[in-house]
Amino acid sequence: MIPELGHMALILALLLAFIQGILPLVGAARNNQVLVSVAKPAARAQFIFVAIAFGCLAYSFLTNDFSVLNVTRNSHSRLPEIYRFTATWGSHEGSMLLWTLILGLWTLAVTVFSRHLPDDMVARVVSVMGLVSFGFLLFMLATSNPFLRMPMAMDGSDLNPLLQDPGMVVHPPILYMGYVGFSVAFAFAIAALLSGKLDASWARWSRPWTTAAWSFLTVGIMMGSWWAYYELGWGGWWFWDPVENASLMPWLVGTALIHSLAVTEKRGSFKAWTVFLAIGAFSLSLLGTFLVRSGVLSSVHAFATDPTRGLFILIFLLVVIGGSLLLFAFRASQVGLGGRFALVSRESFLMVNNILLLTATGAVLLGTLYPLFLDALGLGKISVGPPYFNTVFVPLVAPLIFLSGIGPLARWKQVNVPELAARLKWGFGASVLVALLLPFTLGEWKPTVSLGYLLSLWIVVTVAIGVRARMRTGAGWSANFYGMNLAHLGVAVTVIGVTMVSAYQTERNVRMEVGDTVTVKDYSFRFEGVKDVNGPNYSGSRGTLEVSRNGKPVATLHPEKRIYAASGMPFTESAIDYGLTRDLYTALGESLDGGAWSVRVFHKPFVVWIWMGAVLMALGGLLAITDRRYRASRKKERAGA
Amino acid sequence: MKTRHKKLILIGVAVIGLGVVATLVLNAFRSNLVFFFTPTQVVKGEAPLDRAFRVGGLVESGSLRREPDGVTAHFRVTDKAQTIPVTYTGLLPDLFKEGKGVVAQGRWNNSVFVADQVLAKHDENYMPPEAASALEQAAKAQKTLVPPQEGKL
Repeated sequence: MIPELGHMALILALLLAFIQGILPLVGAARNNQVLVSVAKPAARAQFIFVAIAFGCLAYSFLTNDFSVLNVTRNSHSRLPEIYRFTATWGSHEGSMLLWTLILGLWTLAVTVFSRHLPDDMVARVVSVMGLVSFGFLLFMLATSNPFLRMPMAMDGSDLNPLLQDPGMVVHPPILYMGYVGFSVAFAFAIAALLSGKLDASWARWSRPWTTAAWSFLTVGIMMGSWWAYYELGWGGWWFWDPVENASLMPWLVGTALIHSLAVTEKRGSFKAWTVFLAIGAFSLSLLGTFLVRSGVLSSVHAFATDPTRGLFILIFLLVVIGGSLLLFAFRASQVGLGGRFALVSRESFLMVNNILLLTATGAVLLGTLYPLFLDALGLGKISVGPPYFNTVFVPLVAPLIFLSGIGPLARWKQVNVPELAARLKWGFGASVLVALLLPFTLGEWKPTVSLGYLLSLWIVVTVAIGVRARMRTGAGWSANFYGMNLAHLGVAVTVIGVTMVSAYQTERNVRMEVGDTVTVKDYSFRFEGVKDVNGPNYSGSRGTLEVSRNGKPVATLHPEKRIYAASGMPFTESAIDYGLTRDLYTALGESLDGGAWSVRVFHKPFVVWIWMGAVLMALGGLLAITDRRYRASRKKERAGA
Repeated sequence: MKTRHKKLILIGVAVIGLGVVATLVLNAFRSNLVFFFTPTQVVKGEAPLDRAFRVGGLVESGSLRREPDGVTAHFRVTDKAQTIPVTYTGLLPDLFKEGKGVVAQGRWNNSVFVADQVLAKHDENYMPPEAASALEQAAKAQKTLVPPQEGKL
């Protein structure tokens, strides 16, 4: 009964999405107020029905309704309740439903927070989002119905153990908030192309939405990286796995978009470019979602492939990306190019920022898609591993980070180069000096470490110069300004983490008998053996490692090796002692003869800085959204209207 | 006139810059591509000796042997037509099992494949596509060979 209700709700949502996607668009084009006014109620109703469908699916999971195929495949009666809930989006079908739900949520937010926008603008934005939603609902109903019934099963085949983790409660929703959030920027861009109106106020409307989506995506990627670190048991934080790349690409373009929107708002330049980036960010989000979820890629996230799904996805991508690019090609000339700027100006710095970010995106895209193309064309199987991405990424990102120190201090329109150089020379000299000398105190001197420290210190120094200058002028609080600086500091923090862990991590895989001690960077790990452990839906072995440093106890770690009962799937649960300057990472390998085990013992310096930096970036973004400008304009325009 | 000059310089610099970047990217790409070979291809000598590649198939049953250090493993990968020995130092993934699919990345020294990375599947019911394709190719090759053999029998 409940699953049928959910199915019905999805069908109704599809119809409403169709209405929401067509009528307001026609209304806006023909200046028909009645049709325009359909947008908001249709969007809200659609959201309610998608929410009902989602609730029904969650209910089926929570009540162990094993007559639903999706539940049987992805849940188990002994699965803890919280994971039964998260299993709702643990499958392909469920994740598509979550995607649509979040799209509805963003649309709802647009209808609530855009009272100050012209009605036809809101109508167009909501309509475009309705069309996207229509595509997803159709996809779900046609090829990936989460409510399919089957003969009642005795029990489910359990959720993939990798997904049975607190991180999975929040990682997918937050990541999707980011992915889907770019649909708002996309819808604004399409609306601008359709209406031909693209001015500073358009940019001001798009900016908080884009920044919000970007902040969510940043946290989503960060959580994915952290999850991979502790859950996959290899202690890596980024694998250049196609799935990770799929989330990195929209992030890179989204970052470019945030910066380009700033130019469009402040200077009226880069208009067509901004629109192009908005289309690009969302297109890559779509591509990412489908790449990850369609089973094209082999990963934890992928599910069994189904050719009809693949075809539908291909057509959907073609319609959305091709259609919007076509519209862009026809209408971009009307949007105009905007103000002029000198060869050295904040605009030109931001332009270089955009070029570097897009080049990086292109390089990641090449490395991610090329193997898929070759495979699809039957030309052989290849893979592109971390060496390629590292070789390409570092030379592109290093100048990007370096320029992000100068950009905020450069004037719009034209920079007085000698003056800027004079402001920066001491900071630069100090950064170089410290960056060259500091690695000596950390052990071995390595050029990459100096480079990392230089970039990081440079950002800190330039942020300090910028903040001090602003305080001196007594310009007062600006959420936008401080948000930007906070986000840039976040980059500096992440760079330190990446640099330190890449250069100085120690990884050892050893055979340990009870009582054996292995020493890694002053830390002694004593293996105390394993005991049996029984969880709700698994059983296994729980090891004990006593960690001490110079004879003083530091931590007791309990890495586990589990066998999940329903699937029989073995699983490594790592144990980590987190610290600001180092993580001690342990994981059990295999049981060897005589009570011995193979054990992973890693020392990871500064690894948490990687994720702390990402959190700072996201906080910076959220802070920037609170800027009074975005609200003040609302009042002003309302007063004007 | 002046702005036009500036524009030309800007465009010129951008084109040259993009050209350089594109060359670097494509170079890095070409030198870091990892090709995939089936055990049959490796035995036939089609795999390169001077660069890393991937090999996939099933872990032959009963072939897994560990050295006393506990972390060096020897096993054999088969596509059911040919089999090659693999050696790997490190912890094997959770889902590494005899008789199951596996993909290894490393170098071939004409007698043994020295892996620096071993990938198994992420899910009980899921075969790494490369391993599946190796079996498929070997099966196809065998099929074309089977009829004459049957004729002899």
